[in-house]
This record gives sequence, C-alpha cells and structure tokens, in this order.
Amino acid sequence: MATSPPTTSATPDAAPAPRPGGGHGAEDRRPAGGRFTYAPAPEATDHLRLRDRYELFIDGQFRPPAAGEHRLSINPATEEPLAEVAEAGPEDVERAVAAAARAFRSWSRLPGGRRGRYLFRLARLIQERQRELAVVESLDGGKPIRESRDVDIPLVAQHFFYHAGWADKLDHAFPGAPWRPLGVCGQVIPWNFPLMMLAWKIAPALATGNTVVLKPAETTPLTALLFAELCQQAGLPDGVVNVVTGGGPVGAQLVRAPGVAKVAFTGSTAVGKEIQRALAGSGKRLSLELGGKAAHVVFDDAPMDQAVEGVINGIYFNQGHVCCAGSRLLLQESMAEPFLRRLTRRMARLRVGDPLDKNTDVGAINSREQLGRITELVASGVAQGARLYQPPCELPSRGFWFPPSLFTDVAPSHRIAREEIFGPVLAVLTFRTPAEAVERANNTRYGLSAGVWTQSGARILWMSQRMRAGVVWANTYNQFDAAAPFGGFRESGFGREGGVQGLAAYVERG
Amino acid sequence: MTALAVAKTAKLYLGGAFVRSESGRVYRTEVAANIPRASRKDLREAVRAARAAQPGWARRAAYNRGQVLYRVAEMLEGRRREFVAVLGGGRGAGREVDAGLEALVYFAGAADKLSQLSGSVNDVAGPYFNFTVPEPVGVVALVAGERPALLGLVVPLAAALCGGNCVVALVAETAPLPGLLLGEVLATGDIPPGVVALLSGLRSELLPWVGSHRDLDAVDAVGCTPEQLTALEERAADSVMRVLPPGAAGAALRLSPQLAVRTLEMKTIWHPVGT
Repeated sequence: MATSPPTTSATPDAAPAPRPGGGHGAEDRRPAGGRFTYAPAPEATDHLRLRDRYELFIDGQFRPPAAGEHRLSINPATEEPLAEVAEAGPEDVERAVAAAARAFRSWSRLPGGRRGRYLFRLARLIQERQRELAVVESLDGGKPIRESRDVDIPLVAQHFFYHAGWADKLDHAFPGAPWRPLGVCGQVIPWNFPLMMLAWKIAPALATGNTVVLKPAETTPLTALLFAELCQQAGLPDGVVNVVTGGGPVGAQLVRAPGVAKVAFTGSTAVGKEIQRALAGSGKRLSLELGGKAAHVVFDDAPMDQAVEGVINGIYFNQGHVCCAGSRLLLQESMAEPFLRRLTRRMARLRVGDPLDKNTDVGAINSREQLGRITELVASGVAQGARLYQPPCELPSRGFWFPPSLFTDVAPSHRIAREEIFGPVLAVLTFRTPAEAVERANNTRYGLSAGVWTQSGARILWMSQRMRAGVVWANTYNQFDAAAPFGGFRESGFGREGGVQGLAAYVERG
Repeated sequence: MTALAVAKTAKLYLGGAFVRSESGRVYRTEVAANIPRASRKDLREAVRAARAAQPGWARRAAYNRGQVLYRVAEMLEGRRREFVAVLGGGRGAGREVDAGLEALVYFAGAADKLSQLSGSVNDVAGPYFNFTVPEPVGVVALVAGERPALLGLVVPLAAALCGGNCVVALVAETAPLPGLLLGEVLATGDIPPGVVALLSGLRSELLPWVGSHRDLDAVDAVGCTPEQLTALEERAADSVMRVLPPGAAGAALRLSPQLAVRTLEMKTIWHPVGT
C-alpha cells in the first residue's frame, strides 16, 4: 500500500462569511471549543488481494488483449500505481461481443427464476466481499471510504437483489403485450460511481435476459474486474457478462459494434450526443444518463440546519463528481445571508483528505484531467466576476485535490452557473418568489435532478410539478434506491434506471 | 342553373388559426392543387405557439383533457361525410373515419389513467415516501404516417395529446387534405390554440429543421422512411431530442396506452417521513 495522504481540516474560527455585514445573530455563535480534533482512522487494506495485472474478462475467462497493451490504474490520492489493466483493441471488443451473442442464445431462454437465482447469488457475493470492494473503490477512485462503504457498495448489492426478484415476474411488469430481451447490451460507464454504475447497467440487463459487454471508465476499472471474479464465483454462464477495459476509443468501438443491440451510456452530455449521432439509423436501442446542473432551491421557511446539511451533501458528496449534484443553490433572498453564514461555517468543518480515513468527508479528485477541468472552470468564475469562497484547508502535496468551493455574486450567464463542473463547486443565486425559483431552476439545457427545501407541503408539490427534472428531492438530497427510477429530462438524457420503469429500457414490447 | 360550388382553400392550422404558409408557396399532389408548402419559419412559429400553450394544456386536469379529446371525436363524427369524401369515398374511407373515432375515444378515456398505468409508489429502503409520476415530454413533432393519411395522424396525435403534450404535426405529404381538414375538427373541438399545429409541405425540406430545432422535446418518427429516420436521428443528437422510432409495422396504429406512455417522462420524487 502506498503511503496515505494526511487528512486536514480547516480551522473553523478562520472561516469568514462570503458577504460582509449582517450583524451577529444567534446563528453566528460558534460552538464551545471551536475546533474538533480527529485522530487518523484509516481503513485497513491488508485484506486486499489485488493482482498486479488484470486482463480482459471475455467469455468467462481473463484473457490478455490481442495487442498485449496495458495501462496503469493509479490511486488519485497518492498518484501511486495500483495495478496494470488491459487496454482492449477492436479485435478484443469484437471477441467480447461475439461471446455475449453466443451466450444470449441460452441465457435469454433460461426460465426467469433461474436467471434470478444467479443475480441473487451475485448480490450475496457482493455483500460478502463488501469491505474489500469498498476499499478498492476508494483506492481507485478517490472517494471517501465512508461513502463507498455506506452508500456505493450497499446500493450495488441492493440493485442486484432487487432485479433478481424481477427476473421471474416480468410478464407482470409488462402487461398487455408480450416482451422480449434485446440481445447484447454494450454498456459504457463513468468513473464517479464505478461499481454502482456497473450494477445499474448489468442487473436490469441480465434480469430481462440480455447479455452484456461492459466498458468501465479508464481511471476506475478495478471494481469491475473484481466483479468479473464474482461472476466466475457465482458460476454465471460464460459470456453473459464481459468486461473490456481501456480508454474512450474502446467505448466508441463497443457502441458501434454491429452485434450490439442496445447501448446504455452514463457520462458526459458531449459524449452522449456523439453516441446518439453515431447510432443514427442503426436501429439500436439507446439509453443515456448524462450531465446535470441541478437547482437546489431553499425557501425562507426551510428547516435551516437540515437544509444546510442537505446542501452540503448535495454538492460535496463524492467531491461533487455526481451528475445529479445540487450545483446551483437558489436561496430565497430574504434568508440568503444568514443561510450563507451557516453554510460557509459548515464548509469549514468538512474534512478533506485521505479517502481511506473514516473521518474524511471530501476525498481526492478522480484524475489529473478532471482536476484541470475543475480548476479551469473555477478560474472562469473568478474571471467573470463571481466571488469565490474556499475554507482555509491544507491539501496533501501529492495526489489530486480541490477544496470545497462556493461562489456568490453569480449571474445566471456565468459559465459556473451553466456548465457542469463535476467538482466540489457550488454556485449560489437568489430568488424572490416561487415562480422566479422555478424559472431560474429550469433555466438550463439539463434536467436530471432538482432539490427543494420548505416546510410547506403544498409548495413542495407545486415546485415538484414545475421543475423540469427526472428526480426531485424534497427536504432531502442525493438519495438513491434500486426501486426508485433515476434518469433525466432534456439534455440530461433519456431512459430510466431502477424500478419497474427502468426495466423497459432492456426489452422490446409488442 | 345550378349554383357554382365554393371551393375550399387548403390552409395550415397554426396557433389556432387557419393560415397560408408565410412563404406564400404551394405544392401539388396527385389529387389536389395549391396545398400550402410550410416553410422553416412556419415550423418555428408552430413550435413557439406550442411551447407557449404547453404548460396550460399539461396543467389541465387529465379528466378535462379527456373530455376535450372526446369533444374532438364528436366533431369528427359530425363531419363524417366530409372526411369520407376527402379520403376518396367508399367503404375503406368510412372504415378509416371509424378507426379515427375509435382512437380519439380510446385516448379520451386514457388521459386520466396514465399515472396509474405508468407511475408507481416505490418501496425504497429508507424512511422516505417515494413515488414516480409521468409528465408530458413537452412539445412533440409528429411526422404523421403517409397512409392511412387520417389514421396515421389521428392515432399518434391523440396519444400525445392525452398525456399533456403539444404537437406540431407534419401531415401526410402525398395526401395532405385529410390531415389539414382535421384542423377544423380540432378548432371546434375545444383544443386550445397552439396545442396542435398541422403543417403540410415537403418532408425533404422540413425534416432537417425538425431534427435541428432546439426547442422540440421529442419527435415521433412514425411516418418516416428509414433514410429520413437516420437523418432525423443524426440531427436530433445535437439537443438529445427523443426520437420515437416507427416501430414494427402496424404497431403504431394498434391502440394501447403505451402509445401515450412513450410521449411521457418519468419523474421520481422523494420526501422524508418523520415527525
């Protein structure tokens, strides 16, 4: 194991409010003592069994790529190498698709209950090895162990368990007309929730009788390869799940492969558009889960402390590497100042550092490339005249880090208010009336998620009906569940994942 | 001496009014002359009117939208003879009008069932009330089927309308008169202005503007040829526009709530449960 970066916490006493003035209300009083100290609480890694090198998983076996090329997957918190991972070429993608097509013949004809049994097995195997999977997820991707342990991996297991139960009830999921599986699914997933995205893709595909070729993100392939081992342990028939690793070109080859009947992609809107264009006229089915620029609306009657926690969770969860992150905070003007004082004070207490430390709130940025993108967008915010607040915090010297950030004096036309940053950066805007909140919330090409905080039940429903987003969190944020359909409106993509509605993306009806 | 018949000028149905193409152009089909040849600007006007009308249409009670569609059926029944004539007369034409009526009544009765048919309350593993409700995708461009010219328009139109969408339809290019005549039925059937536009014209000219329009939410490509579909899908990618594929032969006209559900978006709403 590489040396861990230190976890640092800001000095709360030094955290200034972003706007001057406003007096010293009750919300300004700091807790006695002012500062908490934490001893390091690192998660052990001695139970890990990572190989030095991982090959492609094709037709039930790990096989070296035809060209023999590999690339290093590194720990973004230390920049230390974790393992070598195969770089698939066109030949390998072809072989994987062919294996999935062969497997489809028998897998699609299995009684649903039998497919379900395999998925139940996978769910159990994931639970049995959840600690290992959580640690690898944090090592490879930089996310805090608290999140991979308490959010990602439990949701992965739930997703398989949930869809296992659908496999023998599908006639009831699609009443009125016969349904049939589509064939080979080419699935391309991002690096922000590597194993969770794998589960969202593979579980419904297999439950409905499809077979899969999955391309994990190039910076976070390791848990997908551990999952391939679980497929072997579960005795899953060869070729039902195939994993091809590598960079963007591998994904491009996969979605264009003639043997692929269905493409499912989660990632950036730019790449999603490319895929939609590439698939024109192919007759392939497509579902896209793309970017977002979610509005997080807080009314003046909201429960303040809970709303602050919700906003923090909305944007700093997983370093803001979340497509549905609440990255535009819309505050009702009458309470914007006191709310911002509380929010910035809370930000100052976020602990940034070693992803494997159980006290860490904000881990490492996933890659140097992503850090560059965040840095560039934040610089544009400053250049365009918005006011940046970052709590003073010491970042580790190695690895990729970005402090929790907040912009005030943001105009709706600023890039930081329009473009997806995919980092721990919050843009704050204000509104006066509910109608104005709706207008501002919907002023985006995206439509993945939205949040609203208010004590008024009627207003929650009124806002929920009007905000153009596939998921609305009311008085909560960033909740996920296998039974709850997830997916976007507008340029955030189409198709749903999870719930009975999510199954429709993997079957042909009528 | 018999009176000289008064011929009807074929017009677009746009923003609740019957108008010529702003371009002043017309085209001719095998059986009709002087069909308005809608322009890019007509399309843009139609989308603008549809966008303005959409929130109001969507926010009407589903029960009310159902009654409006039923009223449209009543108006169509009243004009049966005119439609039979414009469809070429004979038994086939009568059957097509009957099928159009059937579709309108079917979706009139579907409007207030769509949430229960496609939505859900979800058993999430936490203290939350979680439910999924359908919402209209918004403004839908409809490339109506070439034939049957009336039914190929009425079925997907009624399906999209009952869920609260507004529709900008390209009526059949080769047989536009039944589609344009439907405008008179919609206008007298209490469909609010802007909710539906009916445009006749050349698909080769209009489809590229449909695909690249940034304010259309979806396009129902039911009447597209494979080549048109490919071109449409390529352009639609620029705005992640949903392209609803033609589907298997005949499936597009088989009445099912699914025809309406495919013009809906699912919205999942979370709220904590606590004291």
